[in-house]
Amino acid sequence: MKIPATKYPVERFTLDNGLRVVLAPDRSAPVIGVAVVYDVGIRSEPEGRTGFAHLFEHLMFQGSENLEKLAHFRHVQGAGGSFNGSTHLDYTDYFETLPSNALERALFLEADRMRGPRLTEENLRNQVDVVKEEIRVNVLNRPYGGFPWLKLPPVMFDTFPNAHDGYGSFVDLESATVADAAEFFQRYYACGNAVLAVAGDLDVSAATELIERHFGDVPARPAPTLPDFAEPDLTAERRESYTDRLAPLPAVAAAWRVPDPINDFAAYLPYVVLAEVLTDGDASRLVERLVLRDRTVTSIGGYLGFMGEPFEVRDPTALLLQAHLPPGGDVDKVLRTVDEELDRLAADGLTPGELARTQARMATHLLRDTDAVLGRALEMAVLEQQRGEPGLLNELPRLVAEVTEEQVRVAAATLRPQRRASVEVIAGGAK
Amino acid sequence: MTLHTLPALGPNKKLKLPKEMERKLPNGLTVIAIRRPAVPLVELRLWIPFGRAHLARGAMLSQTLFSGTDTMSMVEIAAALQSVGGGLSAGLGPDRLLVSGNGLVTGLDRILELLAEVLGGAAYPGDEVATERERLADGIQVAQSQPSHLARSALLKRMYGKHPYATQTPDVEQVRAVRPAQLRALHAERVRPDEAILVLVGDLQPGKALDAAERALGRWTGGGKQVKLPPAPALTPAPLLVVDRPDSVQSSLRMALPAVGRTHPDHAALQLANLVFGGYFSSRWVENIREDKGYTYGPHSLVEHAIAGSALVVAAEVATEVTGPAMLETVYELGRLASLPPKEDELEQARQYALGTLQLGMSTQAGLAGLASTYAGFGLRLEFLAEYSARLAAVTRDEVAAAAATYLAPSRAVTVVLGDAGRIEAPLAALAPVAREDAQP
Repeated sequence: MKIPATKYPVERFTLDNGLRVVLAPDRSAPVIGVAVVYDVGIRSEPEGRTGFAHLFEHLMFQGSENLEKLAHFRHVQGAGGSFNGSTHLDYTDYFETLPSNALERALFLEADRMRGPRLTEENLRNQVDVVKEEIRVNVLNRPYGGFPWLKLPPVMFDTFPNAHDGYGSFVDLESATVADAAEFFQRYYACGNAVLAVAGDLDVSAATELIERHFGDVPARPAPTLPDFAEPDLTAERRESYTDRLAPLPAVAAAWRVPDPINDFAAYLPYVVLAEVLTDGDASRLVERLVLRDRTVTSIGGYLGFMGEPFEVRDPTALLLQAHLPPGGDVDKVLRTVDEELDRLAADGLTPGELARTQARMATHLLRDTDAVLGRALEMAVLEQQRGEPGLLNELPRLVAEVTEEQVRVAAATLRPQRRASVEVIAGGAK
Repeated sequence: MTLHTLPALGPNKKLKLPKEMERKLPNGLTVIAIRRPAVPLVELRLWIPFGRAHLARGAMLSQTLFSGTDTMSMVEIAAALQSVGGGLSAGLGPDRLLVSGNGLVTGLDRILELLAEVLGGAAYPGDEVATERERLADGIQVAQSQPSHLARSALLKRMYGKHPYATQTPDVEQVRAVRPAQLRALHAERVRPDEAILVLVGDLQPGKALDAAERALGRWTGGGKQVKLPPAPALTPAPLLVVDRPDSVQSSLRMALPAVGRTHPDHAALQLANLVFGGYFSSRWVENIREDKGYTYGPHSLVEHAIAGSALVVAAEVATEVTGPAMLETVYELGRLASLPPKEDELEQARQYALGTLQLGMSTQAGLAGLASTYAGFGLRLEFLAEYSARLAAVTRDEVAAAAATYLAPSRAVTVVLGDAGRIEAPLAALAPVAREDAQP
């Protein structure tokens, strides 16, 4: 099967104040996606301020230079659009998708908060409360909360940036101050540290003019130096467990370090394919063995990066597997079987057609993710920020298809137990 | 000094419907093919009416439909789909069995062949059924540990009484009792082409896609009885039900209110009234209990449509200690809109949001496929979008006020709150008569 590709045109330029811009016109539907990505994430938040990058993301919606509290939401939705923001390990994004007649409005809104959010004590306290409810919904009041994205990093990593809880402790959240927020903005939310991407129903020259008009006078501030978050690979297995009082069934997640996704992309890409060979669908290695044959797990998934974003994460990162077990399931046995299957893959290679069909399905997933103009804008913004290469989005299906069987085999051979970090969920809610 | 003022919106772009064709095959299957060539993929949705089916067997059927045929194993089916970048899965709802999937558009013929293989010859092999039975039972146990699931289950019981919609998740014991022969019988009786609707959306020529579907699925047969759901009963006022989940750090507020279907004359006004109340972020309720008071993270309110009836469902997870105050504000905002008309600018903002959301929803292959399939399941076609847009554009403030008075009145709500009863019952009892029960799976 021939792997198809997209041919989204990509325009890149940089404003005088250092803001990098990516435009991806596509006039097939009257909608646009607008994304602003700042090069700061969970890994950059200060010690004693866990969860601050995410809390600050909330504060960016609380009014800005020319906009009262609530105005941002009303202006986006009152134009027929939707908005959100999200905080990741290496970046924070803010985005809207709207009918294309609202392009200029979206640019105005993003430029206004790039000049400066309204940081007030009242808004800060309000959003600390909201974030606490968010953490209760997603972590504290439900089974498997934060598993494994908050539970596995502290097993695998030793340094604060990589190991700490990115949602944050209530103590740290409650001690956050307006001064902290102002300093965080000053340091990280410089336009030299940001990328603006617009995809969809736009004319390049008209959009360029609008962008100059709205962002051109945002004061120039240079990007801070990108910190080095490097940690050495594991040399001995790490294994931990915790009791989840709400979880009815056991679960386990395991991770192995992988090559640098940015600076060693060619070595990294085979791991992205390997994760799918292992876990994508009923014909994949580990689903067939563990779910269908042995019945030692009820589900298993595999992916790159703790937040499951293979092409939007920097080093250090990992290939993760996560599995849910039946009642009384044996985690050791599951991990042993995974090792056995990895050995088999490393020793015997793939079966005829196995790699090609995995790559065909990956192409569908990659193409599907770019179908929405917003998805395209977000991914291109991060590819620009981390690689200076937004057009890589068009190339990914082909690059994935060029990964060879030998590369996948070699990648599998590196996933040894002594390089593995794993965490087991003990079912405290079992009946 | 540059002045920064909010730019005006450009002119609204007219809603443009994609090119589509439809054909009813001799076996009764309706096929709708829609061209949206944005990416070289195809989206597939097959809606098969499935109301009133035995719950555990229906759920098991949806989990094992792709478990093998007389000529292909489960793994062979999955691998064959993957080879053309494809994937298919089935899901059960109270009205339908829905097969959903996608793949590279060059693989459309193969995907349709494999779909036909399964629809005509799903064998429900004993080993695979046994595996899936345990997986489904485990999945139900996990669902039953989720507060959102428990609150939803309690609300459905209150809303629907003895109607089939009242229970939408089978018991673990019922699932464990399902046998392959029962699945084969259910398949023979209900997985049939007449009244089923296949939607294909993607980088395709509609005429050719219809031909491909006819070639692959023209021989799909099967017939049992047609099943009609009775209309859903009207909501019956009852005391606020507190469902105990000891040590819960949040309470799950759920309210059901009456609503009408998509073609009812009040529908557009009801949608706008719901938006003004709590149906989007810039609504009164969200601005109040989240952005002003910080009681909650993601409150939402939605008109839910099912074949046998519609309802407006209000949902929020709030901190245990503010459960009473959050309920007070919720009732207040419902009552305020039911009693006083919305302001003109509030209505315009909601109207623009509703119209824009339609444009965005149609702008992806998956969005179009979902919309076209759901509409078709309710006897509508995409043309209805144009009619709905026109209605949204024309609704007056008086009509929204009237709809709010009729449908959003808190006195008509059926209310359930799941949480730590020991801490929330008294504050809630200050606001309304309360009944209490333990959380039930």
